[in-house]
Amino acid sequence: MAAPADPAISARALRFAWPDGAPVIDMPELTVARGERVFLQGPSGSGKSTLLGLICGVLTPDSGELEVLGADLTQMSAARRDGFRAEKLGVIFQLFNLLPYLSVIENVALPCRFSAKRAARAAETGGSVTDEARRLLQRLGLENELIDRPASDLSVGQQQRVAAARALIGAPELIIADEPTSALDAAARDGFIDLLAEQAAASGATLLFVSHDARLADHFDRSLILPDLNRAGVAA
Amino acid sequence: MNAPVLSLALKSAFNRRLTAILTIIAVALSVSLFVGVEKMREGARAGFERTISGTDLIVGARTGPVNLLLYTVFRIGDPTSSISWDSYQEFADRPEIAWTIPISLGDAHKGYRVLGSDQNYFEHYQYGGGSRLEMAAGDPYSGVYDAVLGAAVARELGYELGEEITLSHGIGEVGFHDHDNRPFKVTGILEPTGTPVDRTVHITLQGMEAIHVGWESGAPSALARAASAEDVASMPLRTDEITAFFVGLESKGAMLSLRREINTYEGEPLLAVVPGLALNQLWSVIGTVERVLGAISVFVVFVGLLTILTSILTTLNERRREMAILRSVGARPWHIFALLVSEAAGLAFIGAALGVVLVHGAMAVLAPLAESRLGLALTGLGPGLFEIYVILAVTAASALLGVIPAWRAFRNSLADGLSIRL
Ligand SMILES: Nc1ncnc2c1ncn2[C@@H]1O[C@H](COP(=O)(O)OP(=O)(O)O)[C@@H](O)[C@H]1O
Ligand SMILES: [Mg+2]
Repeated sequence: MAAPADPAISARALRFAWPDGAPVIDMPELTVARGERVFLQGPSGSGKSTLLGLICGVLTPDSGELEVLGADLTQMSAARRDGFRAEKLGVIFQLFNLLPYLSVIENVALPCRFSAKRAARAAETGGSVTDEARRLLQRLGLENELIDRPASDLSVGQQQRVAAARALIGAPELIIADEPTSALDAAARDGFIDLLAEQAAASGATLLFVSHDARLADHFDRSLILPDLNRAGVAA
Repeated sequence: MNAPVLSLALKSAFNRRLTAILTIIAVALSVSLFVGVEKMREGARAGFERTISGTDLIVGARTGPVNLLLYTVFRIGDPTSSISWDSYQEFADRPEIAWTIPISLGDAHKGYRVLGSDQNYFEHYQYGGGSRLEMAAGDPYSGVYDAVLGAAVARELGYELGEEITLSHGIGEVGFHDHDNRPFKVTGILEPTGTPVDRTVHITLQGMEAIHVGWESGAPSALARAASAEDVASMPLRTDEITAFFVGLESKGAMLSLRREINTYEGEPLLAVVPGLALNQLWSVIGTVERVLGAISVFVVFVGLLTILTSILTTLNERRREMAILRSVGARPWHIFALLVSEAAGLAFIGAALGVVLVHGAMAVLAPLAESRLGLALTGLGPGLFEIYVILAVTAASALLGVIPAWRAFRNSLADGLSIRL
């Protein structure tokens, strides 16, 4: 496949090691096109979360090139990367995505506290940030009566939907999901992935979905296998 | 500090409200102790300075200035020796002197000091920046066996006008020898002053002489036992000795030269002290205790602040997840930093403010009691700049300590990346 002219993610000769260990990432090449929904599969400990940390700009590569949404992360200051992430990225974790002391709505609206642009975009599509949060929660199938509850009242499946709504609010260009379904049962899992993929497509976002579970690959445009891309040995 | 972080800090702390409340209480108690000690100190100092005013010099037999002050004004301790009536007269008649109050000490009634003086005492004695003695009931003494009670004496012993009281020779609670054949009658009771006057039984110098007729040797003679009160009263009661006298000058300008003159008087060794200076000297002795108390209460506040630090540090690990979530939605490391510093500052601020409210509430309730029982004036010690400074200082110190967990969280959030290994 030819490299797209304006990729969402483009990495070259990317290397990263945690301060106390051997290299976790040593990646000659990785490209994800804009609007693509990509599945990245790899066993536990193969460096999936570490790679996502690099893409999010929370970690800095030791060497190599890394461009995300046209911006060269390696040239950015830490503060600019944080701003960039707030504005353009949506992230979903495997578990415990929500701040227990905020209501469901406040959790969804959280990124809008840190990015004025994202708040503005959310208000533009939904009327207001809260209305947009409600709309997304509805799209993701969360029952209306749960919306004003504290986040800690929700089941894991419900929490992941809220996390997805949060990742989607304010139309970020890239959604990153780090094994968001590994705590869900099969039915909930498939429903969740379909809704997430659908909403990502609806807002024109690129979706990078990571899991150790190869069976999920069918839901995506393309799937990548991390150990094939990564020369660093599989740890643990 | 910006609004999103501040409201998050609030909600996060509220989510851990049990610990938050406990730390707030710890800070509140420590701050109220600190402010309370400070207020007591101020009150004690003010009360101390209120004990005497308007008097330019106190003159007694030569001893230390603090000692002279202690027995003449505070009525504590024993006068070492007395001065002669002649010396007193010599100075009392000087033109630069407006008034004098001769006093004679040495007896007691149920542990309260008996002070012999004359009408000048009621006319000229001043305390608390110019207040004069007022009668709550009855009149100043006029007869030999008249007694005027300080407010506390009357209240604590339950005496009323007309009560007959017996004075004891010497100063102990129960004198070895009671002057029981010469009882005194209470003719007046003074208004409370919040000074040692409240704890004094006042009689005339003649009364003082009367009870000591036949006591010239220091113990009762046959005459002391035989002579009835009436016999004695009809004797010529001449005062030969007094303990000390207070001096009010026509103009302050004469004070230094008069003092020098008294201190170098050749007739007998005398000491003249300026009450303000002696008070300061005495206070500097008491001040050591006061400073130790102050230092202890500062340490207690510090312990209160350490409570905040510990409470934040211990939750730091379980809050790594919270920090990672915040980072993932775009919070910068300094947001995390601000989150923790503002939590530390916020808890300290609430605690300190609560402590100030507590102590002033308690003072409002206890003020009347402290004033009447201890002579401690707590009025006029309302919250002011000092309290604002305390609250600000405690908040700032806590924010500063908050930098420790904040820095750790900051480092954690950089080291964790997006993957929290629980
Ligand atoms: N915060 C961290 N600090 C140090 N080492 C880490 C950290 N996170 C992950 N690692 C190490 O990096 C390697 C890859 O971990 P990770 O990226 O979490 O893999 P995956 O997400 O594929 O399970 C593992 O060996 C892990 O121990
Ligand atoms: Mg992982």
